[in-house]
Amino acid sequence: MNLIIEILINQLTILFALIMAVFLGFELISKVPTVLHTPLMSGANAISGVVIIGAIILVRSSGSEDYLSLFFGSLAILLGTINVVGGHAVTNRMLQMFRKK
Amino acid sequence: MTALINLVYLISVTLFIIGLQRLSSPKTASSGNLIAALGMGFGVLIALISPVESGDGNYFFISGALILGGGIGLLVSTRVIMTKMPEMVSLFNGLGGACALLISIAELLNFHYLETFELASYLTTLLALLIGSIAFSGSLVAYGKLSGKIKDSWKLPRANMINMGLLLTLMGISFYQLQTLESMELVILIAILSLLYGITFVLNVGGADMPVIISILNALTGVSAALAGIIYDNMIMLMGGILVGSSGAILTILMCQAMNRSLINVLAGGFGGEVGIAAQVGDQTVKEVNIMDASIMLRYSTNVVIVPGYGMAVAQAQKICKELEDLLEEVEVNVRYAIHPVAGRMPGHMNVLLAEADVDYAKLLDLDDANKFLKETDVAIVVGANDVVNPSALDDPGSPIFGMPVLEILKGKHVIVLKRSMSSGYSGIENPLFFHEKTSMLFGDAKKSLNNLLDELKTTV
Repeated sequence: MNLIIEILINQLTILFALIMAVFLGFELISKVPTVLHTPLMSGANAISGVVIIGAIILVRSSGSEDYLSLFFGSLAILLGTINVVGGHAVTNRMLQMFRKK
Repeated sequence: MTALINLVYLISVTLFIIGLQRLSSPKTASSGNLIAALGMGFGVLIALISPVESGDGNYFFISGALILGGGIGLLVSTRVIMTKMPEMVSLFNGLGGACALLISIAELLNFHYLETFELASYLTTLLALLIGSIAFSGSLVAYGKLSGKIKDSWKLPRANMINMGLLLTLMGISFYQLQTLESMELVILIAILSLLYGITFVLNVGGADMPVIISILNALTGVSAALAGIIYDNMIMLMGGILVGSSGAILTILMCQAMNRSLINVLAGGFGGEVGIAAQVGDQTVKEVNIMDASIMLRYSTNVVIVPGYGMAVAQAQKICKELEDLLEEVEVNVRYAIHPVAGRMPGHMNVLLAEADVDYAKLLDLDDANKFLKETDVAIVVGANDVVNPSALDDPGSPIFGMPVLEILKGKHVIVLKRSMSSGYSGIENPLFFHEKTSMLFGDAKKSLNNLLDELKTTV
């Protein structure tokens, strides 16, 4: 319980942003036509690849002897980049089809 | 410098928001994706140059992984065929989950070398590990199910109890770990159990419900990215992750609403295992139609509706549908496409395929418009759709899909069903439509049948 209160107090700004973002996400998506569900899901999936930023920071702040962090971090960057680049590219391909008439 | 970095992060987050907003309208969607990608580019750039407290940079590894990953991503995304899109998205999502899993496990192991650390950070990292692992293994199972590598019948006995037990065990061990913080082995155990939970959780859900699951898993990846953002005190990860988490959650709810089912019902694996209704209709007869009669029926119709389903995707029949449409329009038959929101293996799946075949946007009718148009329809051609045209949803309270909004296909005068065999649909529910007096069956591969129909029509047009 103390832990939860500690988190609430320490991370107040973050919680603020978090709650705003939750409602923003709801608002943005609630008006989407069904035709766009697949590309939207794919695009959102690419955005969730933002986690590579954490992987980059992890590798950068590791010592060059810290093989464990280097291995896990580099693998994380590799997989995350496939997600980001592949995700945006696939979304783009899908949306190109809607455009050509 | 810090202010500048935060400013660029703010710009990145804004680009994400604008991107998502533009993605939700057909006209702006394409630019929305590029804007979001630009935001990601800025974010990565800043992550590469912003000062870090310690460490040796290790740019060799970073650039190597970035280039290799980017190359693989581009290669795969240009090679994959459109019908495989749902499983591709699921696979990509799994990789995002794996990324969160890997960094949180590395961070957790690093914690154990520190003299002091905040318990709150440890908890956040543990949660990121848990959720990332579930998203990773769950997405891989969803990928397996969609691509047919994992059979829908591979279900665990008492799956709901196993899932609940696993989840409780996970919570118990995590709580114990937070109290003691002693053992690194427990971290590994938590990761393994989370991976296991992801597998059993998705395995239990019927194959027809995979779209909903992908949406949930996508939201989970977002949440784990956001949690990782808290670890690194990084605003763009936090905001980006939460945006994906909340939009994924709302998309999940929208999809469940389209099927008139609760999320709990989907997760409990409500569809797929039930075979009780099969016996009732087991010995009814079906009416077959030959190509010539079918083509004459179409030729002298005023309104024709094509109802695509996953079978169209499998047979790659979308281009032939378009050819049939063109030919019929030449002789002044109105052709429309009736798109059920959950036809195919992903919402919007049919729209993507038909757009690929150059079908005019205006000819695609959504559920409500299609049901209006069906009243004036002479012939409805069902191309590999099954559950979304099942009339039991309307009139049989005993059916597991009773109450789900479906295309009311029997409002039209005739129905021609293109089907490979009399096997039941993906969800395993028997479909009385096939035995209805208005229905004629045209057995065979959908593409081949449509081709034959096209050839026959050409001789009469």
